Amino acid sequence: MCVRQCAFEGHSYDPENDEVNSKEEVCVGCHRCVTLCPTNALTVRQNPLDFRAHGNWTGWAIRNIFKQAETGGVLLTGMGNDRTYPIYWDHLLLNASQVTNPSIDPLREPMELRTYLGRKPDKLDVQYNGKNFQLKEPLPRQLKLETPVVFSAMSYGAISYNTCESLARAAHALGTYYNTGEGGLHSNLYKYGKNTIVQVASGRFGVHKEYLDTAAAIEIKIGQGAKPGIGGHLPGEKVVEDISKTRMIPKGTDALSPAPQHDIYSIEDLRMLIYALKEATRYTKPISVKIAAVHNAAAIASGMVRAGADIVALDGFRGGTGAAPTVIRDNVGIPIEFALAAVDQRLRDEGIRHQASILVAGGFRNSADIFKAIALGADAVYIGTAALIAMGCHVCQKCYTGKCNWGIATQDPYLEKRLNPDIATERLINLIHAWSHEIKEMLGGMGINAIESLRGNRLALRGIGLTDTELDILGVLPAGR
Amino acid sequence: MDRKRTWFEKDISGCSLTGFINENGERVSGEAIIQSIALMNERSNGLGGGFAAYGIYPEMKDLYALHLMYDDLQAKEETERILNELLFVELKEEIPTRKTQGIHRPPLLWRYFVKVDENRLFEPGVSEEDYIVEIVMKINTSSKGAFVFSSGKNMGAFKAVGFPDDVGRFYRLEEYQGYTWIAHGRFPTNTPGWWGGAHPFTLLDFAVVHNGEISSYGINKRYLEMFGYQCTLMTDTEVMAYLFDLLLRKHRLPIEIACMALAAPTWQEIDHYDGKMELAKALRIVYGSALVNGPFAILLGHKRGLIGFNDRIKLRPLVAARKDHTLYIASEEAGIREICPSPEKVWSPKAGEPITGWLKEEQQREFESSRIRISDRERSEQVYSVPSVC
Repeated sequence: MCVRQCAFEGHSYDPENDEVNSKEEVCVGCHRCVTLCPTNALTVRQNPLDFRAHGNWTGWAIRNIFKQAETGGVLLTGMGNDRTYPIYWDHLLLNASQVTNPSIDPLREPMELRTYLGRKPDKLDVQYNGKNFQLKEPLPRQLKLETPVVFSAMSYGAISYNTCESLARAAHALGTYYNTGEGGLHSNLYKYGKNTIVQVASGRFGVHKEYLDTAAAIEIKIGQGAKPGIGGHLPGEKVVEDISKTRMIPKGTDALSPAPQHDIYSIEDLRMLIYALKEATRYTKPISVKIAAVHNAAAIASGMVRAGADIVALDGFRGGTGAAPTVIRDNVGIPIEFALAAVDQRLRDEGIRHQASILVAGGFRNSADIFKAIALGADAVYIGTAALIAMGCHVCQKCYTGKCNWGIATQDPYLEKRLNPDIATERLINLIHAWSHEIKEMLGGMGINAIESLRGNRLALRGIGLTDTELDILGVLPAGR
Repeated sequence: MDRKRTWFEKDISGCSLTGFINENGERVSGEAIIQSIALMNERSNGLGGGFAAYGIYPEMKDLYALHLMYDDLQAKEETERILNELLFVELKEEIPTRKTQGIHRPPLLWRYFVKVDENRLFEPGVSEEDYIVEIVMKINTSSKGAFVFSSGKNMGAFKAVGFPDDVGRFYRLEEYQGYTWIAHGRFPTNTPGWWGGAHPFTLLDFAVVHNGEISSYGINKRYLEMFGYQCTLMTDTEVMAYLFDLLLRKHRLPIEIACMALAAPTWQEIDHYDGKMELAKALRIVYGSALVNGPFAILLGHKRGLIGFNDRIKLRPLVAARKDHTLYIASEEAGIREICPSPEKVWSPKAGEPITGWLKEEQQREFESSRIRISDRERSEQVYSVPSVC
């Protein structure tokens, strides 16, 4: 069993001695063998070979140098930043009602999470038609979410077909959306178009008229939290028949996404692409623009909104990836908490916050993180890694190898079929239901019954263990005040 | 905008409120409203009471009546310099008061009847009302020791720290005649002890008295800041006044529609009337940040009438009654029966459903002027009279 399960060849069977041997050094810690072992015979424990203790020259630093001295290459990794930077969600506390305003029981009273993403007009014009009041003009197209959680961009290529299908089916069942990433849209999944956000990224893979027409919204991907300023590279061996069709590239060729979009060298170029896509889809779809959370994200976001973006997607430095240079993943970008707080405040200062919705991504682990993000000013949250974990991922960070033992980040037909899309779909639905229930409990505890009363309501938050500057950036009071 | 936001402790209070409007515009003295609010003294704790009355300055009805409170003479001198510079002050006088048991250490209380010299409006597109609002905001945020607590035409707010009936006697309200009166008795859970913190909160001719806590205060405030409002008084009721000003005066929404934005129907209701509540849906989408969440009952006085309504799940009491041409709305039925022993009809309004009383003449006149002002918007003749929306 374990021998077959490990794509990294950690276990081998010696028929001569009739025994199973393991090679600890190749173990990635994915727990596939542990989980499936019928006799519970296996466990995986960290067994570090310690170097002589040194505050600067840690084992991590030394081993990386060994690897690079050997190969002369860039260190690669998968998933989001795993370094021990502060997680600001863990420094924010929530409020609840006592006495002066009653808390509300979500089991007895309506508790509303429905969210609409897209550009809102400055005000509504109503007219009287002799019988009742009516809207003078219809609203710009909005994305309707039954719960403020969207599955983040993960491309077919980076993840397996079954994974894509599960995300699409779950989004459909939940009344929310999933994002195709830059992998095109497999023809089997067109039927979930109403729950699909398609991406237009620097490689333009899989972008054609039908692709745009099928989607509910289009996202222009400028950057990604795990690798701001860096393009993408899907190695040729992953470009199998179906992927080559979906991405519209020859089978077996490397799919290279350039670092910039070569038709966007400035904000006015972005405006042209936004309006080109709006024209192409006859203004029936909101256009999202996704950027990595970088130092001047607030100013960039303001420009994006003025350039016509209906949704600003921000991806923090904890955001996941199928493959990224480790040095980029671990050192570039800023925490999503700060980027979100700065962008929301900047758009308000400029009086244009309603012109675009804010979707944030980057390492959301639970409903409390999501709740706090909405209180800081997000309209909704993208989850990627959390969705993969729901489907079986154990965060071993080896997505870039294509050897995912859980059948998620792989195109190997043998590994791929390990993910049962029926079960994965159900688990995704369960997760989002569970989180939605928790969000409702937290809302009710605060005595509010609609998510829009939480959105941007920073008085619902208090900081703990934060400096004055951090509090100032987040726009929250310290606990006790 | 100043990035350095000032934080303050939000004032939380429970309260009593009452109000009535004579829809024929017949004016009555302040005696009745004092009697009504006094009956509900159990609901207040002597830390704030206030009144607003409409139709009280008929000889000055075309002038803005600014009521100000000053901590000291220096504040008064400085503020008067600003007023004289920016406005034409037609009449200035002390607000008549009497020494009253229970009202301690009053500030200096003055009123000014002013008009705007059109040449003084800074730029095209800024209306006279915007100009007045700007001056009020300026004094209230930056003039130390001075506070404008009333700024409408032919109406006035009167408030103080004390039980509301004492406040009424202090301001000699029995000497005023008004067609609409609203009153408030306050039960704050902290004690700022500041006269400006009592209700009503006013802006131009809007006056709000409020019983409740706005749990969505944080976002309502930030939403208003986007439109240049600065919430500076240590209470959440002020956002109510500003939200009404924004939706009614600036965005020109009909009052019932504005109420629907503030106390929105649930998605369940909207979905149920599939397609017939497009407006309600759009209101929620566009004005989500203006949704007032948390328990409240409020009365809103304005020059055309009186409105009372509850939060979306009715977490605070509000009762209405009618007799002849008068609409009464109060926290308790007893407060109404105290001054109107046998009403024709008494009812308890549903959650989020506005109860509206309209001044008939004023409504017509207002309509005429608004048609001239906004003729291009093809508003129909009944625009102000039909409350039903869906």
